[in-house]
Amino acid sequence: MARQLTKVLVANRGEIARRVIRGARSAGIATAVVYSDADADALFVAEADEAVRLSGTAPAETYLRGDLILDAAARVGADAIHPGYGFLSENAQFAADVVAAGLIFIGPPASAISAMGDKVTAKRMMAAAGVPVLAGFTIGEDGRAVPEGGGDAVDIGTALAAVGLPAIVKASAGGGGRGMRIIADPAEADEAIASAQREAASAFGNPMVFLERYLSPSRHIEIQVIADDHGNTVALFERECSIQRRHQKIVEEAPSPFVSADLREQLCTAAVAAARAVDYRGAGTVEFIVGADGTAAFLEMNTRLQVEHPVTEAITGLDLVALQLIVAAGDPLPVSARQAGVNGHAIEVRLCAEDPAAGFLPVSGTFELFEIATPAGPNGYVRVDSALATGGTVSPYYDSMIAKVIAHAPTRSGAAALLADTLSRARLHGVTTNRDLLVAILRSPQFLAADTTTDFLDRVSGLTTATTGADVHRLHAAVAAIARHYVQRPAGTVQPAVPRGWRNNRATLEAVSFKAEDGESIAVAHDLTGAEPAMLIDGAPLPLVVHAASGTEVELSTGGVRRRYLVQLTQLTDAGSLGTACVDSPLGHSTLTVLDPLPAPGSSGPAGGLTAPMPGAVVRILVAVGDTVESGQPLLVLEAMKMEHTIRSPEDGVVAAINVTEGEQVPIGAVLAELSTDTQQ
Amino acid sequence: MPILRSDVDINGEEFRTNRAHNEGMLKLLDEALAQTRAGGGEAYMARHRARGRMPVRERIDLLVDPGSAFLELSSLAAWGTNFTVGASVVTGIGVVEGVECVFIANDGTVKGGTSNPYTWRKMLRALDIAKANRLPVMNLVESGGADLPTQADLFVPAGQLFRDLTQLSAMGIPTIALVFGNSTAGGAYVPGMCDYSVMIDGQSKVFLGGPPLVKMATGEVATDEELGGARMHTFVSGLSDYMAVDERDAIRIGRQIVRSFGWRKLGPAPLAVVDPLYDPTELLGIASADLRVPFSVHEVLARLLDASEFSEYKPDYGTSMVTGWGTLHGYRIGVLANARGVIFSEEANKATEFIQLCNQTDTPLLFLQNTTGFIVGKSFEQGGIIKDGAKLINAVANSAVPHFTVFIGASFGAGNYGMCGRAYEPRFLFTWPNSRTAVMGPQQLAGVLSIVARDAAAASGKEFDEAADAARTAAIESQIDRESHAFFMSGKVYDDGIINPVDTRTVLGISLSAAHNNPVEGRRGFGVFRM
Repeated sequence: MARQLTKVLVANRGEIARRVIRGARSAGIATAVVYSDADADALFVAEADEAVRLSGTAPAETYLRGDLILDAAARVGADAIHPGYGFLSENAQFAADVVAAGLIFIGPPASAISAMGDKVTAKRMMAAAGVPVLAGFTIGEDGRAVPEGGGDAVDIGTALAAVGLPAIVKASAGGGGRGMRIIADPAEADEAIASAQREAASAFGNPMVFLERYLSPSRHIEIQVIADDHGNTVALFERECSIQRRHQKIVEEAPSPFVSADLREQLCTAAVAAARAVDYRGAGTVEFIVGADGTAAFLEMNTRLQVEHPVTEAITGLDLVALQLIVAAGDPLPVSARQAGVNGHAIEVRLCAEDPAAGFLPVSGTFELFEIATPAGPNGYVRVDSALATGGTVSPYYDSMIAKVIAHAPTRSGAAALLADTLSRARLHGVTTNRDLLVAILRSPQFLAADTTTDFLDRVSGLTTATTGADVHRLHAAVAAIARHYVQRPAGTVQPAVPRGWRNNRATLEAVSFKAEDGESIAVAHDLTGAEPAMLIDGAPLPLVVHAASGTEVELSTGGVRRRYLVQLTQLTDAGSLGTACVDSPLGHSTLTVLDPLPAPGSSGPAGGLTAPMPGAVVRILVAVGDTVESGQPLLVLEAMKMEHTIRSPEDGVVAAINVTEGEQVPIGAVLAELSTDTQQ
Repeated sequence: MPILRSDVDINGEEFRTNRAHNEGMLKLLDEALAQTRAGGGEAYMARHRARGRMPVRERIDLLVDPGSAFLELSSLAAWGTNFTVGASVVTGIGVVEGVECVFIANDGTVKGGTSNPYTWRKMLRALDIAKANRLPVMNLVESGGADLPTQADLFVPAGQLFRDLTQLSAMGIPTIALVFGNSTAGGAYVPGMCDYSVMIDGQSKVFLGGPPLVKMATGEVATDEELGGARMHTFVSGLSDYMAVDERDAIRIGRQIVRSFGWRKLGPAPLAVVDPLYDPTELLGIASADLRVPFSVHEVLARLLDASEFSEYKPDYGTSMVTGWGTLHGYRIGVLANARGVIFSEEANKATEFIQLCNQTDTPLLFLQNTTGFIVGKSFEQGGIIKDGAKLINAVANSAVPHFTVFIGASFGAGNYGMCGRAYEPRFLFTWPNSRTAVMGPQQLAGVLSIVARDAAAASGKEFDEAADAARTAAIESQIDRESHAFFMSGKVYDDGIINPVDTRTVLGISLSAAHNNPVEGRRGFGVFRM
């Protein structure tokens, strides 16, 4: 029953599209992709053999359009479709449509997807198969709660009392943390449920949500399974993905330091049973929630390749995409997969374009530099699965994850050290990322002691404290000023050979002011034209020795220590006036924006203005002009990158103006509303 | 191109002596420059700042492009006089929005920025430079007008400033006035004559007569804001094109105005630049402490020219004058340099030919002066040294390519003229601090006067008073020595500034670049005369 695979169409984007292309190519299979207008210049489009444009940018217009994807498959003559993760990967109808179109769906049968896709049904089936589950209620559009095990609908309050607090409400049809809300107080329940339903409807086209106990602290442990057409259903051990933000995983590892051999055995057996219960094919993941005492309860099964599959690949030496293709072709799983073992330890982090200090707010923009080293040696190696490279753009339309960085080493602490070091050396310029948070997690005593539970980020303090301190920013500002001094002046500038900042009667030092990420401005004054360099930071002399300097690299001694600083200067105009300087050194990373020494009067923003923190659409306006508002009161809601952001009043006052309308698309920095805080009013 | 080789012994006695002497001169230069930066002194500087005003050089440093150079000119104007060194104004070449401009900026801390006779010389020289090199003029005005006690020495010539400003405008060279403070009486014509003017709200005051004068003249009672405030000139009289909220805003607007010129330099663009092979700081050990000791101009050129490359013309003829071609900051130049001080007929003829050759190929000329003048003596007079000197002066005077002159040592006698001294209108003329300029050396001059006096006594049969002669000779020698001092000459604005020899390449690079705002074209008409 072998089927021939000659060309696979990837119905996905970003790093996973690149990953599938790589896997297919190494199996001798041609590749095609679909892409939205926002992804026209993305790497995965360039790397695929063929690409078909899907007009538009929103997922609903593009990557969620099964009909267009099947049309694209026909156009390029693909004989299989790989759905990646997210988008249509767990859409049973799409899987069925693919098969109906005579193509191979690289994933489980539609029946298995729908069985697992409805979380409530899945739980019922798992309970029947002997897998432990948590009791819960489904909540429909009417707001009534129906017990999962069957029975009469009750009101939300009753349901909450039955499951206990804290409780969690989740989209019945989805995954990936979308449409999830935690309810700690019954008073929050209505808003949480309404919001979850809205997000579920928007993300999955189904507003159905369910309510269950929120186990905390707990661990998220999942088993990778893969099944072929020949009766082999193999469990490839566990991954622990407890560290999450906004219910999305950011650190994943295998094996789990918490899982004993007995628990591993137990979970693997349950996972295989779960897969067999739905007649599973291909790669899938059975997720469990595990309490501190080791008791495990079935959470859900993800019927697709997981984001974090590389850690399993690292410890087993297997290629899961290759195995997916083998299974899809109807071949039996190889012995290596059927008799896989665990070797060493692997940790993956998800590098996201987001600002942890601002509540993980997604960030869009262009990477002026994107460099992550991939060291390899007897003590381990680093793998980077990225969506982009230097010059790549993060658009506001999709997930904020830009790369997965995976380290494998003989020991867990070795993998953590290697990964943290690699991340801290990475040069990521132009877009804010969660890199510092990831490094802080990997180096935290709690992580190193394997004290990882799902409340890790709430519990462990100081992780989002800036790792690069103000004093380092100041030193880096000096470095940036030196690099600017030595940078080659652009061609066409007058007096190109004259030393920068030269004077024959010097009255003032050359001055430049920067703004660091922490918002502090740093005034640098220097004279590097003389024999003895003069350097003042915010008026204080900084004694230094310049060993070597150029526009990209500065070697300095300060305080008796010699260090190499890497610099990237961007957007230098002809007159060399404004731009950004990114400095990377063993001390940390700084993005320094050159401040305009001659700003036009009134060019700073309006007082009391509330600006859009990111580009997005205004979904709701909650106040009207003239309303008296309190500090912290929600004023309006912005939706961007599929997340809702509430713009709150920064202080008590009166709404003086609302400059947007519902549904309006706003750019970053747009003044949404203006607040008057004049108490005389 | 051949590369110059250096064989300077940097550990030798001569090098160390020269270096010590020149460093001593540089220390004096630094002290003099510090006086210029001190403006009207601590009290006036503090009062200026207390009024929220920036010292003049801070304004300039903000106005020029970040990281660009500023070549201050005539810094020591009024040195050796009773006026403040610098003459209450800063002039120079700065780059604004990529455009080389001449700056004329009053120092309001020195007697309210009033102009004395040296101020006018310095400003008029800056305007000459703007005209000759086609450089837009940026006036940073803060001046109470003429220094009244010295009005007799300046009132008449001062009119040239306004004439020059409008002639520049007519030549297609934009002029800008940023008015930082008072610009009154005659000074009111500076914003009046400029193409663009910017005034600062509550700070600029531009009127022909202030409240007291108006009251005296017509009996009218008016405030200074009504007579000449920025607001009035911007909204009522229209003399101000832009009103700035503060000094930084005025500077920002000034930059914006220059950006709108769409300026284009008319001379050829520079070639790629390679630095000289030798350390320019060694020039301090090369330039002779004792001007009677000649020094190698090849060693100097090895530290001035790109890649130390120099293609010498007639290297074996008239060897006391070195001529040849090189590039400096990417600009092709012809060099004339005195090797051993004296100019003989051969040297004069070689230089004359060379100047013609450079005019033929539109090559700018650099004169490095270290000359004690044309040779004297019977055989030389009979050999026609006057005619040969005349040829050289003719060639220099009528050459049309840009000339740049640096006094690197002695500048005596007609050698000063033949080697393009100030009277021959080089585009720029700079002086090393060790240099001396006079009709002849102090000892020779005093000696000549002594001989003439002795001969006169003999002719009239009077007894010659040896003691009185010795005293007079010593007095004359010391007077000439003082007056030929580089700072003294610079104080009279007979050059464009004393420069550190180490900076010569940079200064010439800026000067060449500035000169290339105009087309670079040599004199045509005859073929090159072989002398």
